[in-house]
Amino acid sequence: MSSIAGTKSRLTWAVQISVVVLVALWVFPTVGLFVSSFRTADQITSSGWWAAMAPSERNDTFRTAAPDTQVQENGVWVIQGNLFEAGSEATISSWGTSSRDISAYQPGQTAETRGGGRLTVQADGAYRMESDEEFSGRRGQRVFVTATSPPEFTLENYNNMLFDPSNREGMTRAFFNTLTVVIPATIIPIVIAAFAAYALAWMEFPGRALLIAAVVGLLVVPLQLALIPLLKLHLAVGIGKGYLGVWLAHTAFGMPLAIYLLRNYMVGLPRDIIENAKVDGATDFQIFVKIIIPLSFPALASFAIFQFLWTWNDLLVAMVFLIDATGETTVMTKQIVELLGTRGGNWEILATAAFVSILVPLIVFFALQRYLVRGLLAGSVK
Amino acid sequence: MTSLSLRDVSKSYGAVNVLRDINLEIDEGELIVFVGPSGCGKSTLLRMIAGLETITGGTLEIAGERMNEVPPAQRGIAMVFQTYALYPHMTVRDNMAFGMKIAKKPQAEIDAAIANAARILQLEPYLDRLPKALSGGQRQRVAIGRSIVRDPKVFLFDEPLSNLDAALRVATRIEIAQLKESMPQSTMIYVTHDQVEAMTLASRIVVLHGGDIEQVGAPLELYERPANTFVAQFIGSPAMNLLAAEVLQGGEQTEVRTATGGHAIVPIASQVSDQGSSVQLGVRPEDLVLTESDEYLLSADVEIVEALGETTVLYFKPKDGEAPLIAKLPGIHSIKKGTTIRLTAVPEKLHLFTDKGISFLYR
Repeated sequence: MSSIAGTKSRLTWAVQISVVVLVALWVFPTVGLFVSSFRTADQITSSGWWAAMAPSERNDTFRTAAPDTQVQENGVWVIQGNLFEAGSEATISSWGTSSRDISAYQPGQTAETRGGGRLTVQADGAYRMESDEEFSGRRGQRVFVTATSPPEFTLENYNNMLFDPSNREGMTRAFFNTLTVVIPATIIPIVIAAFAAYALAWMEFPGRALLIAAVVGLLVVPLQLALIPLLKLHLAVGIGKGYLGVWLAHTAFGMPLAIYLLRNYMVGLPRDIIENAKVDGATDFQIFVKIIIPLSFPALASFAIFQFLWTWNDLLVAMVFLIDATGETTVMTKQIVELLGTRGGNWEILATAAFVSILVPLIVFFALQRYLVRGLLAGSVK
Repeated sequence: MTSLSLRDVSKSYGAVNVLRDINLEIDEGELIVFVGPSGCGKSTLLRMIAGLETITGGTLEIAGERMNEVPPAQRGIAMVFQTYALYPHMTVRDNMAFGMKIAKKPQAEIDAAIANAARILQLEPYLDRLPKALSGGQRQRVAIGRSIVRDPKVFLFDEPLSNLDAALRVATRIEIAQLKESMPQSTMIYVTHDQVEAMTLASRIVVLHGGDIEQVGAPLELYERPANTFVAQFIGSPAMNLLAAEVLQGGEQTEVRTATGGHAIVPIASQVSDQGSSVQLGVRPEDLVLTESDEYLLSADVEIVEALGETTVLYFKPKDGEAPLIAKLPGIHSIKKGTTIRLTAVPEKLHLFTDKGISFLYR
């Protein structure tokens, strides 16, 4: 007995550890993308997303204003201003005037410059450079600072990617194009497959078993096999590249699994209920609409989630059947590929684009996840 | 008036005959019970009447009209399923209204029919609940209510009590009996494998066995005058004892001697030519009484004693190649296991069957 109990507890541990690992595997990149999408390019290059909540310290080089801004006060030539842009909350911890010793002075101390001036830099970046003689030259004095900035988040990336109409690389159009592809590509196969599944589960007709076998056989046909013939067919019958073509392609590729899942679920519904509806005078169509569809909701929802996620994340089918040379019908996956090519170094843009593209699937998944397990299990286990 | 008639009805799946030449006339207002062991075809026969199975031979008439090819909804029947078959996503009210809504009846008529059924079955407080919020007995009442709403010519019940626990089964059985009394014109066909349900509910019982009707008759007729050994052993519990015997003398009365030495004069007529033929003598366990005299029917060793208080059931050690014999004596007896006792019975309570199992009464 103890050995059985031991096995069970070890198994429980294994399950719990793998759950933790899976959750971590999923959560870290997602949170990383999410955090990065709210950071500026500077912050991303200076520290990782996990340091986003901590003040960041960085070294920077500034120049004081050029000598032509100098004024004479009480016989002393003065150049003053602030090293930082207005609104910056950075704090200087040390500074220097030579690249060999960038932290020679504390804020508030005064340094002798090589031009014979005296430079004082405050913690907030304000500086004052004085000289008994007139400053010469065209450029200001170089100042090396070590500054600490408080954590800072910005909506600028989203503003830029979603709401800036002048941005040719924005995600808005791709987002709506993706929705245009995905919503019909989810609804059409479910509607057709539900009818087919009912017929295959509950209507008597010759050749039913063969049809079911054919559906199961089609489950294992790889999508890539059909891409070119199907595209040629679309071009031959005049559908061409476009939304209609991609809807039909997604419908066709999703249908075997949809019919298979829904048929297995429906065949598990109690026979008595359907026979009782027949005694009550319901036609096959009425049984389907009033009894089968409401009772099959978990299976319909779970397939809807799958089909939605696949079509949302799809690049291949969209590339083949939808996106043409004009690029007007580009989808988000394609847009991100383009961004990787043209803006590969701009992580803030890539992170924002990626997060925009995973946001809707996340919402869909969490809204419907309780149907996912139920719907999948119900068909297989009576 | 004949409500339903079956003429030479048969059912076969390919080469397998599950029902053969069923002939039955059911009058209006009868409660007919189909009873038989598992696989005897009783549920199949009911489903053929309902239209859920095709009829492969013969004629089914309901209220004088041929119904073989008529779809279930137009046969004027209502069926109560073993599993209740309630629509789980609809309230009790919608469950009951479903058939009438399909038939596009006016709402006032639907409401009146539901109110009537709910009143008969005391379902008024539950009309807006979903089936999952009801107990087993309540679900069964909803299923019956759904059939009442349809106002059918024939009610069909397919083992309606077998999913209920024992106490509820008795209560619901009484409810069904009361329901039948409150609707004397309605014809009901009730399928069960439980002979207590059959005996208590039926106006006539149809005993089915292996696809044939063995006997049709009122409950006590089947008990007192079974047509063959199958009915004799199926009706009544414990089953009737059958003793191998030989006819000593035929005539107005038949004198027999059992293989174990018992002797009886049975008041059942037989031919003089039956003398010497081997027969089966039937006696119900509850008809056996203890005796001390030499004129006994049965002498055997007690193997098991079940003292139930109201009765004492004795199981006898079977002789070679014979079925175990049982006696059910009223009251409490101090009979020890292993003792040999003698039993006899009133001659009028004895049954006589040929060696093929046919009753002498129906020969």
